[in-house]
Amino acid sequence: MVITDQVVEKKELDLDFLTATIEEKGTKSAALIPILQAIQEKYRYLPEQAMVLVAQALGLSAATVYGVATFYAQFSLEPKGKYVIKVCDGTACHVRGSLPVYDAICKKVKLVNGKFTTADGLFTVETVSCLGACGLAPVVTINDKVYGQMTAEAITMIIDTLEEGGAQQ
Amino acid sequence: MITTQGQIQDIQKRYNEALERAKARILVCAGTGCVASGSPVVYEGLMAELKKRGLHTTIDCLLEDEHATSGVTVVNSGCHGFCEKGPLVRIEPEGILYTKVQVGDVGEIVDAIVEGTLVERLLYHDPRTNEVFPHEHEIPFYRYQTRVALHNCGEIDPEDIRAYMAHDGYQGVAKALSMTPQQVIEQILNANLRGRGGGGFPAGRKWTIAASQQADQKYIICNGDEGDPGAFMDRSIMEGDPHSVLEGMMIAGYAIGASKGYIYVRAEYPLAVRRLEKAIVDAQEAGLLGSNVLGSDFSFHIQVKEGAGAFVCGEESALIASIEGQRGMPRPKPPFPAVAGLWGKPTIINNVETLANVSRIMIRGVEWFKSIGTPNSPGTKTFALTGEVENTGLIEVPMGCTIEEVVFKIGGGIRGGRKFKAVQIGGPSGGCLTEDQLDITLDFDSLQKVGAMIGSGGLVVMDEKTCVVEVARFFMNFIQNESCGKCTFCREGTLQMLKILQRIVDGNGTLEDLDLLVEVGEMVQIGSLCGLGKTAPNPVLSTLENFRDEYLAHIVEKRCPAGVCQGLKRFVISADKCKGCSRCAKVCPVGAISGEVRSPFVIDVEKCIKCGACVEACKFMAIEEVS
Ligand SMILES: Cc1cc2nc3c(=O)[nH]c(=O)nc-3n(C[C@H](O)[C@H](O)[C@H](O)COP(=O)(O)O)c2cc1C
Ligand code: SF4
Ligand code: FES
Repeated sequence: MVITDQVVEKKELDLDFLTATIEEKGTKSAALIPILQAIQEKYRYLPEQAMVLVAQALGLSAATVYGVATFYAQFSLEPKGKYVIKVCDGTACHVRGSLPVYDAICKKVKLVNGKFTTADGLFTVETVSCLGACGLAPVVTINDKVYGQMTAEAITMIIDTLEEGGAQQ
Repeated sequence: MITTQGQIQDIQKRYNEALERAKARILVCAGTGCVASGSPVVYEGLMAELKKRGLHTTIDCLLEDEHATSGVTVVNSGCHGFCEKGPLVRIEPEGILYTKVQVGDVGEIVDAIVEGTLVERLLYHDPRTNEVFPHEHEIPFYRYQTRVALHNCGEIDPEDIRAYMAHDGYQGVAKALSMTPQQVIEQILNANLRGRGGGGFPAGRKWTIAASQQADQKYIICNGDEGDPGAFMDRSIMEGDPHSVLEGMMIAGYAIGASKGYIYVRAEYPLAVRRLEKAIVDAQEAGLLGSNVLGSDFSFHIQVKEGAGAFVCGEESALIASIEGQRGMPRPKPPFPAVAGLWGKPTIINNVETLANVSRIMIRGVEWFKSIGTPNSPGTKTFALTGEVENTGLIEVPMGCTIEEVVFKIGGGIRGGRKFKAVQIGGPSGGCLTEDQLDITLDFDSLQKVGAMIGSGGLVVMDEKTCVVEVARFFMNFIQNESCGKCTFCREGTLQMLKILQRIVDGNGTLEDLDLLVEVGEMVQIGSLCGLGKTAPNPVLSTLENFRDEYLAHIVEKRCPAGVCQGLKRFVISADKCKGCSRCAKVCPVGAISGEVRSPFVIDVEKCIKCGACVEACKFMAIEEVS
């Protein structure tokens, strides 16, 4: 299976997008995080080349940009999967059994050796601390859609439907 | 453009009259919890059903047509707090609450409105007594609450600024503008409003410092980072009543002489960002925000800043660094932000709930506020009540109410009639309280005395099936991940504490480990710069004190009393049930099972990795997990 847009990302950077983003957010140092957020949203990761260009445009060292990019959990230096599955492991979800759900997902999408993204680029699985829907613990989000009161069985079924959808493309 | 308080009151009057002209109003909860359980389709369904029957109307139609006396409106509201029972639908003016509503129920709901009856099966049934409660305010979960900061959440359409004005909104800022800034500060000082972000520092005192600084620019920052895992009250306020946050910021801005404000919102809260941004635009268009607020010479501009995922950014100086575009690392204080904060300018940082209270105090007055709560902690506090209670959700109670009241009256006791064990309060900075401490009152000072804290307000109830040692390990793991790495004690000390705790839950702990935990814990408390490190050992130290037995069970008996810790689980084959088919031995990935065919097999505990493959494989259910 080929995830087309992921191939595009690897090929080349969209310079027009980058220029427009920097123009919109400005070149003050306070604009750095919003710019990186826009890049992360578009590419689902921060391509190295983009970080270098941003550093130049803002008059910062590449090391500063790299430092910020690695500090915040939202940024990723590796491409993320088409579906980003976030398993809440906040207190409420933890005591109501989020880890069995997490394990079931990893087993289902066949993630091994501490990797977070599947080899086919379809899924990235991560844990987050509290999605703010604790009343529905345990909670999972898939590309920001919230699923509450999850069980190992329920999440396996949801992933099944996503896999079917993904394979059709 | 609105320029006077009179105009606001005029809008309020007309809006409320229009609402009264409707036959009924339906509020569908559009908080994150209810959305996840499917409230958007319920909303669409109700809308379609009303339209089909020619009953649908909107507030705009009612405002335009003064003679309209029928029709039903349907709007989305913010979080009602009872997320677990969602999707929630409320029928006004009666205040009927329907729970777990599905799209298939809309026909019946509309029928009931038309006929003036109730849909009995959708009403809340008390799980113990099976008593039925038609009205929201009678349900025990709501009955013992006092809503100040959450006053509008679930009551109004958060995306309609007029609905906020209909509930006295923006009259607080109007009132403030009729006073001098000094008088406004005095009001907040007299109300003794203490910061709801965890520290409990009096807001008025902080404002006084910032107001006395001479500077060409000052800032107000609303702290909506809400990083405590297990807390979501700030989210509900930002999503359910965004204008109250804006109004609180404006009042604070006027009081200290700031003209610019930022709202720093957690990355995980996209809906809050959207609602706040809409609220800002609407308030600007109405002349209530921006240049010359309400026609005065006070100008105030607000911008939303999205966080990028770092718990430590909830700490004031780290938050400021993050807005400035740097890594969010705390810096030593003084200078305090009120003296030198964002871009080196005097800056006030207040929590979302604190600011929502500011609006209410200005609207309702100091005396009213002080009549709630305790003398030292006036007002209310919101809590995210979660864990093993029957009713989980977002609640708000007067300060000084006991933990027992919260857990048993509002929370309805422990699920499934199991036994209460502990309540963890204050998240990764807080502590675990036991059954003997249930009569402790919830306010800043009493909790501090017992080594816990209100923190941001996460209240996690644990029963006998929760392992407190594992919970302590969980918080330490969280802290270890979130430590910014600046201080050696926080960075390395928490890592060592985590390793020790991991050893204990894996069944490899020793008695010396317990002393070591205390020793390292005390070092981390002393040697850390910011609150994250200073309070990181609290969950461990408080559980060590209150639940030492459980630690000992893990270490000495190699047993987890709650039956949670994987590392202490053992699998055993029941000799009676085992038929000796050898399936288990074949599936075991590490060859830990041996035996002769047709006689009982045995598991070598040393080799077993506790994967459970054998349990699944056994057709005779002969393999059991024991702890
Ligand atoms: C590690 C750490 C995390 C914090 N997280 C938050 C937070 O998420 N929200 C918040 O309002 N305050 C948080 N605080 C407290 C803030 O530093 C600050 O005291 C508070 O926002 C002040 O507002 P208040 O006086 O209105 O409570 C945190 C503090 C620390 C040390
Ligand atoms: S105590 Fe921890 S989080 Fe706080 S500044 Fe030090 S290292 Fe960073
Ligand atoms: S702990 Fe999972 S949503 Fe809050």
